[in-house]
Amino acid sequence: MNRLERVEGQAISLPDADVDTDVIYPARFLLITEKKGLGRYAFADRRDEPGFPIGVGNDRPILIAGPNFGCGSSREQAPWAIGDLGIRVIVAESFGEIFYSNCFRNGMLPIRLERDRVESLRRIAEANGTILVDLKAKTVVAGDLASISFEVADDRRQALLNGWNDTTRILALHAADIARFEAAQKRAAPWLWT
Amino acid sequence: MSRSLYDKLWDAHVVVDSGDGKALLYIDRHLLHEVSTPQSFEALREDGLEVHRPGTQLAVADHSVPTHDRNLAIDDPQAAAQIALLERNCAEFGIAYLPLQGNDQGIVHVIGPEQGFTLPGITLVCGDSHTSTHGAFGALAFGIGASECGTVMATQTLWQTRARTMRVTFTGALQPGVSAKDMALAFIAAVGSSGGTGHAVEFAGEAVEALSMEGRMTLCNMAIEAGSRTGLVAPDEKTFAYLEGRPRAPSGEAWEAAVAHWRTLASDADAVFDPEIVIAAGEIAPQVTFGTSPDQAVSIDSALPGDGALKRPMQYMGLAAGAAIAGLPIDHAFIGSCTNGRLEDLRAAASVIGGAHVADGVRALVVPGSMQVKRQAEAEGLDRVFKAAGFEWREPGCSLCVAMNSDRLPAGARCASTSNRNFEGRQGAGARTHLMSPAMVAAAAIAGRIVDVREALA
Ligand code: SF4
Repeated sequence: MNRLERVEGQAISLPDADVDTDVIYPARFLLITEKKGLGRYAFADRRDEPGFPIGVGNDRPILIAGPNFGCGSSREQAPWAIGDLGIRVIVAESFGEIFYSNCFRNGMLPIRLERDRVESLRRIAEANGTILVDLKAKTVVAGDLASISFEVADDRRQALLNGWNDTTRILALHAADIARFEAAQKRAAPWLWT
Repeated sequence: MSRSLYDKLWDAHVVVDSGDGKALLYIDRHLLHEVSTPQSFEALREDGLEVHRPGTQLAVADHSVPTHDRNLAIDDPQAAAQIALLERNCAEFGIAYLPLQGNDQGIVHVIGPEQGFTLPGITLVCGDSHTSTHGAFGALAFGIGASECGTVMATQTLWQTRARTMRVTFTGALQPGVSAKDMALAFIAAVGSSGGTGHAVEFAGEAVEALSMEGRMTLCNMAIEAGSRTGLVAPDEKTFAYLEGRPRAPSGEAWEAAVAHWRTLASDADAVFDPEIVIAAGEIAPQVTFGTSPDQAVSIDSALPGDGALKRPMQYMGLAAGAAIAGLPIDHAFIGSCTNGRLEDLRAAASVIGGAHVADGVRALVVPGSMQVKRQAEAEGLDRVFKAAGFEWREPGCSLCVAMNSDRLPAGARCASTSNRNFEGRQGAGARTHLMSPAMVAAAAIAGRIVDVREALA
């Protein structure tokens, strides 16, 4: 997985609430069984709207989104497509839960902040200012704003900082724990083992 | 300490507790479909990994399958390739696959319970957000992404954050013509599309107990539309009766032992939920969504809101603020999906038809949720009722719920739909979706406009 430690650059602002994963990545493109190069399908049904901020050729690594961003389906094509456009950090008041965890699995950092903080970052984005996200320090620094701290679960933070692969890491660290659990479950709930 | 049903399910599956609200959770069952797993299998190959317990996995193609004649070749080459890839991947990794032409194919959330693969007390995941459906059986079931599907296959575990718990109690009894779908839409409208985020939602109360397993599945199915990955109903005699004798359910002594354990799966009397929501079932009128988020719903007898914040959804839907929802003309009707594609849903829809015919200019589709549903419906003669009324009677699949196969609506089409999402473009780019119950969709198809099914039934 791609490591992420510091991301610095300009940001896109997409203030709409409830931007769902069908809007981010329309279902008809789910017939594609690859995971690379999906950026060209991101927001396919919206990006011809005048002034729509996200598209191919994007050079801004940060997205300031609206509340409940990425709600709806579990399709990981949504973060794959956004990531393919070069976006590494998404800031919003809230996220769809599955989308939120899918981001971490793909070297992307979703940051939840209170509304007024999101809006102050949005003003910086709209004025083409630079934003610096520091995952080690868990801070966002931009323009003349006081440094903003954010929360992120420590295991997720470590995984991003180190570029860990969840699957191989579980096997390396917890194979014995899993075997122990299975032996106990075979005794307690044998009907799950027939 | 008193525990909720969710707590009991969680505690029984902790492999490693990290002490900060996170745990490595054991996953008992994994359902797979063609859309969310190609990249999961690819990741296994890249890392040189095998599937840890192939017997706990079950695969079926549903999203991109055509719903026309199953004996014809699939004309979309991308869909054909995607379905063939699932079949190959399952064969390579030793996973059971329910073939497209077989008697058990269907939408993943319909076939899990039908097969007795879904059981109380288990953890169940699927690369699909409507995995919450299986919580109707008292299973801890939630949707995951494709990367997580790979992790589950290789390790039988996932790192998860313990959710907070919300209880939604439906008191009293539903009015005639009002169903589990209306309960779901009323709940989502009450808490909002992110009101359940971070929560496991337990549905309780007389009106939930009175629901059939099908109704409970409809309710839990839509928990995700309130932002919650997990819906739950405590298992009871109805749950056990539904599961007994199903092909993948335990039998004999194992069944007895399982049921004895399942009877302990209820929230303790003094379990604490935050928040507790109480909804009077008798006050729920048939619900219709008017916007592009499932929480944008109104009762059939009320007017649309005039709120400026809803400008974009109302514009997309071609609706004027403050107008009535009843009487709005439709040109498409869809009965199906993992929300409302079960036998009881088809019965409810058929009961509204009463010898009438679909209105001129309306195209109406019935897509059973599974082959089993289809055959049972045909045994009851429901297919004849639908066909005589001018509905198309199709093969099982997701169809117009997600518009990945050739069932797609043109821009501007207005559809009365029993599915679960009214997102922009969900039924085809530019198409407009109004979510409602199967009875309401059937009534709308007949009338050619959105009507109050209670009047149609009166
Ligand atoms: S019927 Fe719709 S919601 Fe259900 S699994 Fe299929 S696409 Fe998803």
